[in-house]
Amino acid sequence: MTPITPYHYLVLSAALFMLGVIGVMTRRNIIIIFMSIELMLNAVNINLAAFSQQLHNAVGQVFAIFVVAVAAAEAAIGLGIILAFYRNKETLNIDEMNILRW
Amino acid sequence: MDVIAFYIFAAIAVVASVLVVGQKNPMHSVMLLITSFGALAGLYVLLDAPFTAVTQIIIYAGAIMVLFLFVVMLLNVPREEPAPPAVSALLGPTGIRIGVILSLLLGAEIVWALSRIGLGWFPQDPAAASVSSVALIGASLFTRHAFAFEATSVLILVAMIGAVVLARREH
Amino acid sequence: MPPGFSSSDFYYLMPELVITAGALLVLALDVLLPRAWERVLSWVTVAVILGAGLALVPSAGQNLTIARDLVAIDGFATFFKVLFLVAAALTVLMSPRYLTLENVHPGEYYFLVLCATLGMMFMAGGVDLITLFIGLETMAVSFYVLTGIIRPNKRSNEAAIKYFVLGAFSLGLLLYGMSILYGLTGSTHLRVIATSLVAGDGGLLLPFAVMLLVAGIGFKIAAVPFHMWAPDVYEGAPTPITAFLSVGSKAASFAMLLRIFVAGLPAFRADGLGTAWGQPFGWGAFFYVLAVVTMTVGNLAALTQGNIKRLLAYSSIAHAGYILIGIVAGSTRGVSAALVYLMIYAFMQLGAFAVVVMLRRKDIIGDELKDLTGLYATHPGAAIAMLVFMLSLGGIPPTAGFMGKFWVFGAAIDAGYVWLAVIGVLNSAVSLYYYIRIVVFMWISEEEEKSAAFGISPAVATVLAVTLAMTVLLGIYPRLLFDFAQASAASLGSVPSLGLR
Repeated sequence: MTPITPYHYLVLSAALFMLGVIGVMTRRNIIIIFMSIELMLNAVNINLAAFSQQLHNAVGQVFAIFVVAVAAAEAAIGLGIILAFYRNKETLNIDEMNILRW
Repeated sequence: MDVIAFYIFAAIAVVASVLVVGQKNPMHSVMLLITSFGALAGLYVLLDAPFTAVTQIIIYAGAIMVLFLFVVMLLNVPREEPAPPAVSALLGPTGIRIGVILSLLLGAEIVWALSRIGLGWFPQDPAAASVSSVALIGASLFTRHAFAFEATSVLILVAMIGAVVLARREH
Repeated sequence: MPPGFSSSDFYYLMPELVITAGALLVLALDVLLPRAWERVLSWVTVAVILGAGLALVPSAGQNLTIARDLVAIDGFATFFKVLFLVAAALTVLMSPRYLTLENVHPGEYYFLVLCATLGMMFMAGGVDLITLFIGLETMAVSFYVLTGIIRPNKRSNEAAIKYFVLGAFSLGLLLYGMSILYGLTGSTHLRVIATSLVAGDGGLLLPFAVMLLVAGIGFKIAAVPFHMWAPDVYEGAPTPITAFLSVGSKAASFAMLLRIFVAGLPAFRADGLGTAWGQPFGWGAFFYVLAVVTMTVGNLAALTQGNIKRLLAYSSIAHAGYILIGIVAGSTRGVSAALVYLMIYAFMQLGAFAVVVMLRRKDIIGDELKDLTGLYATHPGAAIAMLVFMLSLGGIPPTAGFMGKFWVFGAAIDAGYVWLAVIGVLNSAVSLYYYIRIVVFMWISEEEEKSAAFGISPAVATVLAVTLAMTVLLGIYPRLLFDFAQASAASLGSVPSLGLR
C-alpha cells in the first residue's frame, strides 16, 4: 500500500472543506449552516497539521491551536446572535430572514 | 497499520460530514459532527500531533459542540421541512440551485488543482525528528508567538462580553 | 530561552495597550457609575482614543518589527492606526444620543468599539499571518455584536446574523488559503513567504490559494461579487456602527489586503500564477476584474435605492472599487493613492453618516430619503455639510473627494491602465446622479406637516464640523496627506528586516 503522504491529507481536507461550503450554500437551517462553517475550519486545521508534520515545523500546530481558540470564540458569539434573533422572530430558517430586502 | 488507520478515520470523518450536511434532523447533525471531530482527532494523532488532537477533543468536541447541543435543545430546533415533493432537494429554488452550482465549481477547481500536484510532490522524510512534543509547541507559543497569544485573550474577552450582551434576558 | 516580550516592545505597543486598558476601564466604569452619569462613558472613551493617539507618536518614522517579528512598526501601520483612531473617535462622538434613543447600554457598546479598534490596529501592524488573523477576528467579532446590539430591533438581529454567517464563511476561505501558503513555505511570516515562494511552487495549489485569499478578503472589503451582505448589514446595524463599519472595517481589510498581497506576494502581481489565453497573470489581474465589477455594480445599484443607509452602502461598495484601482496600479504611487483615498473617504463617509444619525429622533427612524426633505429649512448648517459630503463623494473639485479620485486615476494612467481610469471616471459621473438626488431632497421644503423640531446634539455637531473641515481642507491643500501616504506606502514595500531578535 502506498504510504500516507500529506497529499492524502490535502485531499481529505479539501473534501471536508467542500462539504462545508456545500452545507453553507444549500441548507436553510441556520444552525446547520454554522456547523458547516465549523467543518470548514476543521478542514483548515487538518491542512495545518499535515503540513506541520511534513515540514517538521511547530508553527502549523500553533496556528491550528489559534484557529481552534478563535472558532470557540466565534461559536459563542454566533450562537448568541442566533439566540437573540430567535427570541425576536421565532424562526431559524434563513428563508424567513427577509425583512431587509432589495 | 498507519495506512489502514488513516483510511478508517478518514472514512468516518467524511461519511459523518456528509450526513451532517445532508440529513434533516439537527440533533443528529450535532452528534454526527461530534463523531467527525473524533475521527479528526484520531487523524491528528496519526500526524504526530497529540496536543492538537487533545485540544480538538476538549475544546471542539467538548465545549463548542456541547454549546451547539445546548442551543439546539433550548430552541427546540425543528427538522428542516423537506423540499416540495415535485422537486428534489438539490434542485430547489433559485438560491439553492446557484449555491449548488457554485459549490460544485469550487469542488471542481479543488480537484483540478490537486490532480496537478501528483503524489510525488511531498517527499517523505521519516528519519527527521518529530515536532509533536507539547514542550515544543508550548515553547513556541510563549516565545515566538507570545504576542498572538496575548492578543487572543482580548478576543476571548470580547466573545464573553458579546455573548452576554446578546443573549441575556432584558428586564 | 529569551522571553516573548522585551521592554521596547511595550514602548511601541503603547497605543494598543492604552486601548485595551481603556476598554477595560470603560467596562468597569459602566458597572460602577450610577445611571445618571452615563454620558461620562463617551467622554472617557474619547479620552482613551486620544491617549492612544498620543502613544502613537513614538512610532512615527520608525521602521522595525517588534514582538518577535510578529508586528511591524512602520509608516504603513502608523498611517492606518491614525485612520482607525480618528474613525473610532468620530463614531463615539456620534453615538450618545443615538444610544439613548435606541435604549442600548452604552458601556458595552463603547467597550466593543474600542475592541474593534484594537483588532483593526493589529491588522494594520501585523506582518505574520497569525497576527493578521487574530486582528481580523477581534475586529469581526466586535462588529458582529455591535451590529446586533439593538436587541428588540428585528432589522438589527437580521443584519447581525447575515454579517456573522458571511463573515465566518469568508474567514474559512481566508484560512484555507493561509494554510496553503504556510504549507508551501513553512512559515506564516510574510517576509519568509515573500522571499521563498517561487512561481510554480506546488503546481496549481498556489493560484488556488491566492484565489481563496482574494475571495476571503473580497468579502471583508465588500467587493463584488462578495458584497451581498453589505446593503443588508449597513441598513440593519445602528447607524454609528454602520459608519464605523464602512470606514474602519473596510480600511483595516484593505490594510490586510495590502500586507498580504503587496508585501507578502510581491513577485506574483503581474505573473507567476499561470497563464490564461496565452497571457501570464498574477493577483493584479484578479483585482483588476474585481475593481471594474465592484465600481459598476455598486454605482448602478445605488441609483434605485430609497433608503439612505442602503444607498450609502452601495456607494461605499463603489468606492472600494476606486481604491482597488489604486492597488491594481501597483508601485508606491498606486498604493499611496489608495491610502490617500481611504483617508479622504473616511472623513466623507463619517460626515454623511453623522447627518443620518442626526435624523434619528423620538419616533422617526430617519433612514429613508424622504426623511431628508426640508433639512435645509430646519438645519441649514447640516444641509450644507451634507451637500459638501455628497459633492466630495461624487468627486467634484475643490473637495477632497476630487483629490482622491484624481490621485487614484492618475496613478492608474501612470501605470498604463488607461481603460481602468476611464471606467472609473465614467462611474464617477454616474454616481453624481444619486448624490445630487440626496441634495435635492434636502432642498425641498415640506409644505404642510411640520415635523417636530429637533436639535443637533453638540457631539454630532462636532463630528460634522470636523469632517466638513477635513473634507474641504484636504481638497484645497492635500500636500501633507499625500506626503504622509507616500512615505507610508514606501515603507510597505520592504517588510522591515531589523528584527529586534
